[in-house]
Amino acid sequence: MIDISPLYISLKTALAATFVTFFAGIGLAWLVVRMKRFQGAMDAFITLPMVLPPTVVGFFLLLIFGKRGVVGQFLLQFDVTFVFTWKAAVTAAVIVSLPLMYRTARGAFEQIDANILNAARTLGVSEWRIFWHVLLPNARQGILAGLVLSFTRALGEFGATIMVAGNIPGVTQTMSTAIYAAVQANDDATAFAWVAVVVVFSFAVVMLMNYWLNTRMHRVGGGMT
Amino acid sequence: MELMVSICKKLRNFELRTEFAVKDEVFALLGASGCGKSMTLKCIAGIETPDSGVIRLGNHVLFDSARRINLPPQQRHVGYLFQNYALFPNMTIAQNIAFVAGGTEEEKQCKVRENIRRFSLEGLEHAYPAALSGGQQQRAAFARILASEAELLMLDEPFSALDSYLKWKLERELMHVLEQYDGAALLVSHDRGEVYRLSDRIAVMEHGHIEAVNTKHELFDNPQTLAGTLLTGCKNVSRAHYLEDGRLLAEEWGMELCFHGAVPGKLQYAGIRAHFFELMSGPGENTFEVEVDQVIEDTFSYLIMVRLRGTQCQTLRWEVDKEEWQALDCTFFYLRLPPEKLILMES
Repeated sequence: MIDISPLYISLKTALAATFVTFFAGIGLAWLVVRMKRFQGAMDAFITLPMVLPPTVVGFFLLLIFGKRGVVGQFLLQFDVTFVFTWKAAVTAAVIVSLPLMYRTARGAFEQIDANILNAARTLGVSEWRIFWHVLLPNARQGILAGLVLSFTRALGEFGATIMVAGNIPGVTQTMSTAIYAAVQANDDATAFAWVAVVVVFSFAVVMLMNYWLNTRMHRVGGGMT
Repeated sequence: MELMVSICKKLRNFELRTEFAVKDEVFALLGASGCGKSMTLKCIAGIETPDSGVIRLGNHVLFDSARRINLPPQQRHVGYLFQNYALFPNMTIAQNIAFVAGGTEEEKQCKVRENIRRFSLEGLEHAYPAALSGGQQQRAAFARILASEAELLMLDEPFSALDSYLKWKLERELMHVLEQYDGAALLVSHDRGEVYRLSDRIAVMEHGHIEAVNTKHELFDNPQTLAGTLLTGCKNVSRAHYLEDGRLLAEEWGMELCFHGAVPGKLQYAGIRAHFFELMSGPGENTFEVEVDQVIEDTFSYLIMVRLRGTQCQTLRWEVDKEEWQALDCTFFYLRLPPEKLILMES
């Protein structure tokens, strides 16, 4: 009987990370869409973790949160360690999944006809109400797609996680790192089991998203109520 | 409510420099596409910011670069009817109206009912915009504008995306709306017919400049400028210069013409509308023997392209009834350009 803690830790980490990513990604997308200057630089900065090797992201996280890092030293004053904890696993997952949420949300915002937003403005609707009642509902599909993509990315995160959170069974060992450990230990049975779980789970999530998007598509004009 | 606009804005290809005032009337900006008409509307609405100038609506200063006033669109109370109507796709028609109406829930519902009735949208309250026809969407957009507290109505090419039958139907609906609406309305269009039928005064716009503001009758009788002449649909224009004794030379047509009225200071162009030619049996004043270059059959008339016989001058377009042409149908004949129908332009 294999220890199922990696499944539990993976889900817990991915859910926590997706929660943060969801709001941060949408907020950043809205911010960048409205930026008049430095838009390109800001976009590149947020997107960077998506194109960098995860080990580079992990390296930077160690640099910042490690015992000699700026934030790391600050946290130490409160007896809080960060590296090799669950919090580090969540942070790594947030950093690598954020670009996906941000980019899909931004794409969805930019696809909305600018006239619709301008019409709302000329009709006296505040920017805040436009965001909640016009922008978000009409960008729903893109935002949902971003949510699913960033969740699956967070779930599959390996490189940065193993550098900053390590591979401590029962604490920071996720399914991805468990597979790595099992292969290293020539434990094919365990590796196969986790590979199967990850593949089936990810497949199911993406299928579910497609199904949901399709049923929504057929109801365009029916819209949300 | 009077709208006063005097703005400058540097655009990619030219500088927008417009100055006009609109009282409680339908005022039209007539210009070719890309002349800065829509940009002018966007500046008034606050969607775009002019580089300098003043925009005032009644006693309300919307924009004043010298005093650093630039109200956000939300505070300008300018109703903007977009080309594609821009209804919120995620809301029903009733929700679209209620969303922008002010006041308590009860007042909102009252405004919704009132405007649904006013624009004959009964039965469509709970439909989503995607389920409505173009005409219904336009009426819903009007209903939404009037439910908000708009003090000015701006219409941006309201019929540009429609086929001609639907366009005519909507145009009549719009006439009806404008008759009931007693504030100032600003219409932007490149269609001379639309502008002539709907508006009281017309400003001709070219390359970001307003060339002339006229009543519609003045403009179509005497467009004064080349842009105005072309935009009002005159097809025959030639460079021209004054000779003497009330005569001018239309250079591109190779015709020496006499004209009525005062001599313009700097005559630059002469024009004549295609249906003003007169068929003659022989030579006479302003009468020329012409040869046919091309015959084009149009829906209800023939367009005959003719030039001065035996020359390579520019062709003139003569629009003639089908029966009249079928009776004539020859290669050479005499045409008269009535002096009182000549359009003289100084620029």
